[in-house]
Amino acid sequence: MDASGPYDPTLDYPEGPAIAEIAGGGDIKPWRPLHVTRRNFLRGVVCSGIVIGGSSYLFSAATPARADARGVERMMSLTVNGKTRHVDVAPNETLGYTVRYRLGLTGTKIGCNQAECGACTVMADGRTIYSCSTLTHRMRGKDIVTVEGIAAADGTLHPVQQAFIDELAPQCGFCTPGQVVAGVALLNANPNPTEEEARVAMSGNLCRCGAYEHYLRGVMKAAREV
Amino acid sequence: MAYRLIGNDFTPPDIEAKVTGSAKYAEDFRADGMVHVKVFGSPMPHAKVKSIDADEAMKIPGFVALLLPDEVKQPDVTGFPILTSEPKYHGQPIVAVAAETEQAAADTVAALKVDLEMLPFVVDPLDSLRQGGANALEGGNVSGRGVDFQELKWTGKDFAAAAENELPRGAAPIEWSFGDIDAGFAEAAVIVEDSFVHATNSHHAMEPRSAAAFWENGKCHVWGSTQSTSFAQPGLARMIGIELKDLVFVAEYCGGGFGGKATSYPLMALPALMSKKLGGRPCHLRVSRFEEYANGMARSGFQGWTRLGFASDGRITAADIFVVQDLGPTTGFPDFNNVGNAFSVVFQPPNMRFRAVPVLTNTVPKGPQRGPGENQTANMFEPLIDKAARELGIDRIAMREVNAPGNGGVGAKIGAKQGPLTSAFLKEALTQGAETFGWAERSANSGMRKGPKARGYGVASAYHSAGSSGFDGLVRITPDGTLHVHTGVGNLGTYSYGSTSRVAAEVLGYDWDHVVIERGGTARHIPFNLGQFGSNTSFTMARTNYVAAMDAKAKLLEIAASSHGGDPDDYDISDERIVRKSDMGVVMTFAEAAQMAVDMGDKYAGHVLPDDIHEMTRTSAMAIAGTGLVGVAKDTLPKDGTAPALTASFVEVDVDVETGSVEILDFLTVSDCGIVNHPTGLAAQSRGGAVMGFGLALTERHIYDPAYGIPNAASFYHGKPLSYLDVPLNTQWGAVNQPDPQNPMGIRGVGEPLQGSASAALLCAISDALGGHLFNRIPVVTDMIVNAAAGQPQSHKPLATNTV
Repeated sequence: MDASGPYDPTLDYPEGPAIAEIAGGGDIKPWRPLHVTRRNFLRGVVCSGIVIGGSSYLFSAATPARADARGVERMMSLTVNGKTRHVDVAPNETLGYTVRYRLGLTGTKIGCNQAECGACTVMADGRTIYSCSTLTHRMRGKDIVTVEGIAAADGTLHPVQQAFIDELAPQCGFCTPGQVVAGVALLNANPNPTEEEARVAMSGNLCRCGAYEHYLRGVMKAAREV
Repeated sequence: MAYRLIGNDFTPPDIEAKVTGSAKYAEDFRADGMVHVKVFGSPMPHAKVKSIDADEAMKIPGFVALLLPDEVKQPDVTGFPILTSEPKYHGQPIVAVAAETEQAAADTVAALKVDLEMLPFVVDPLDSLRQGGANALEGGNVSGRGVDFQELKWTGKDFAAAAENELPRGAAPIEWSFGDIDAGFAEAAVIVEDSFVHATNSHHAMEPRSAAAFWENGKCHVWGSTQSTSFAQPGLARMIGIELKDLVFVAEYCGGGFGGKATSYPLMALPALMSKKLGGRPCHLRVSRFEEYANGMARSGFQGWTRLGFASDGRITAADIFVVQDLGPTTGFPDFNNVGNAFSVVFQPPNMRFRAVPVLTNTVPKGPQRGPGENQTANMFEPLIDKAARELGIDRIAMREVNAPGNGGVGAKIGAKQGPLTSAFLKEALTQGAETFGWAERSANSGMRKGPKARGYGVASAYHSAGSSGFDGLVRITPDGTLHVHTGVGNLGTYSYGSTSRVAAEVLGYDWDHVVIERGGTARHIPFNLGQFGSNTSFTMARTNYVAAMDAKAKLLEIAASSHGGDPDDYDISDERIVRKSDMGVVMTFAEAAQMAVDMGDKYAGHVLPDDIHEMTRTSAMAIAGTGLVGVAKDTLPKDGTAPALTASFVEVDVDVETGSVEILDFLTVSDCGIVNHPTGLAAQSRGGAVMGFGLALTERHIYDPAYGIPNAASFYHGKPLSYLDVPLNTQWGAVNQPDPQNPMGIRGVGEPLQGSASAALLCAISDALGGHLFNRIPVVTDMIVNAAAGQPQSHKPLATNTV
């Protein structure tokens, strides 16, 4: 067992009202972190929601994992949508969590939290990544763009955003931020994609409403305009 | 008549927020001092809590509070509790915790010691019906809407009487019939008899059902994810234990529901109850993907049997149907009822018997999913129609046309009581679709081989009821001349909150730029509307907005008469003005009339309200009283039949017999949904419904470990919704565009059968590519195709469900 000491989760969030009156106080008995294996690391990723399915009740899906945290420098500079901010980030924190819960950029959605759906897609140095499965500390020095950074500063929509509106592409809209970011990243890299290239580029983004054809029409329409 | 708005596209006012990320879903709520809530879910499929030891958990730094099962209201044995001390499925919440951070909440849950006593469990309904089979709940294994909770075991003789691949048929608590099925089978030229299995599948809404709440000044504020802004509120208030007037509800966006968020649900109430315990402190529940799978409901699966008789011209002479529904661990949803109704509408049998057994299982709770029962009906029966067509040598389109309700629904009937339909043009949809698709020419290529790929074509129909009556409308013209349409329709993504609001604008002759839609929560003073589910919104809320607008129009004319003399009938409206009929001279603008309404008070400004409106509508109308001319009314327009949503779909596929992969090459759905109100909206729903249907046909199913009752297909990857790479592009859609006579604008909705007819047409196309091979098992996954093509036995046990 590693003995690097207890991890204090209260550091993960700005201080709220005193809780002693509510919780009844009591002594704090530290617990020891789990031995660090790949499995335990993954289980400990903040707000992971990862399911360990199995043939016994031991690793029950219904039992969330404890975090493992190490002595990593928590303060870091993070450049998001052109602004560099100093943020206190837990070592096991995902970029999706950081932008949503620390920076207040709730446009990025967490649909599955396990790299399946793409609702959390953001750009890092122009490449699309699943922010739910990217550790924030790995993003030092990267230029992050979320959906909030796509429109112009004066609010003018990006052609991809406007085309999605024109094609009535969003239905429930929960996957839309990821679709927007994926579409913009594609056109940045390849301004004149074929329909098949666009289809492949967008294929990391699920849409349960099934609006793929309308999103793709939007991307192709925007490609004609950028 | 020609409409200015109805039948034309518009830009929904909420859509820009969706593409910029500024749309706020329930999980986007933040507040100072907010604590995070998480739940301890049962690790067993059925158990009893012996003890809960929270000593260590409460020492976790950041721990704030626990909420235990005995601190929340408990429903009857077949109900859906918020927290329970007798979990009936894997993942069911037992204890909720609150902590300063989400990590601390997760750590607290992990440190809880919950001692559970394992109870017998069952994941396959047929296992529970056997003598000595486990009951999903203590004391019984059968329930359902209209069915008393009871223990039902079939006899050994019942099971022995069935052949290996045949569904045993013992006692059934649901049975109805009409006509004379024996006589019907006696006159049949061909009889088809088969058993089948339809899997359970997850809703897989992209947005898990997160929620947040706080209390202030005696009112409970809740951010929830629901399809139905006003219809969800009474149930939510009951779960929280408050009066409706004390609920402040925000539900501006819903990240996918598909029936799974049709109204309120237990997890939506949890943050409110935790917040109450914490003196009102804001509580935030972020639901994980697994928790959404476990608690987000699922479509019921079926095991079934049928015997269908056909005359030589393809007309159905008799239908005998028996289904066992996998109900999950609660009363679930009566999909079984809808199987009988849907079959009776789509195929109009003259003689029919329907039997059903809804069986409780220790699986994910079941709820309505897009076409609940109706879409399984299409999937289960359409391939059998093809089988009969082949035996009779009749074209598959003609086979359906001869049975389908058409000609406006003359003589068409539904269900056990053989009630009327308001309108029906399914036959016309089939004919129109076959022509557009080029069925006659293309289907000549059925079975054509190119290497390992075999070409197939499929056609199928589907139905869902599509409208109700008796709900309220509320509109307001403010003294600046703006029309405010207050709507309680949710924002599921169909934009029908907007398209139905346009009905009020159409009635009042408004320019759309002068209309504001008030929606998204109690603060917008919304009327009591039916939920946004069941394909009903277009029909139902076109009526409510119509009656409210007509009330406003009547008041406008009365104001003109009181101001300028004469009778209200002497006046009319035109271009947002009141004019004198005799010379079309302008009497006053709507803005001036609205100011006069404010000055006159009384009913004109909403101070005096109709007696028959709902409490919610009354509260909302009173809140806006005095701010303009208020139009408010309950929909009492005539409705004396079932409004049907009907679709016909056409699919072309290539099936690779070596890999089992299915490539969908082309697709078309033609809808019978009355007058098309929002064309691009219908296009989006036609395509989106098909994508969802293709997943239902090919990949989506629940799988449980039978030894432990643990779900093994809880993620997107394991019950896979289709992606960009799985579906065709440049697909077609159409509509017969015939008005429904019982809607003032001729409008009907069509959300649900768009999925069912597409999935069933795909299943038929796969069978067609394989020379008519019937799988009688949905979904048709790749290994089933490979086995069938190779003439090998399938790996699944006959009739087994919730397994591979």
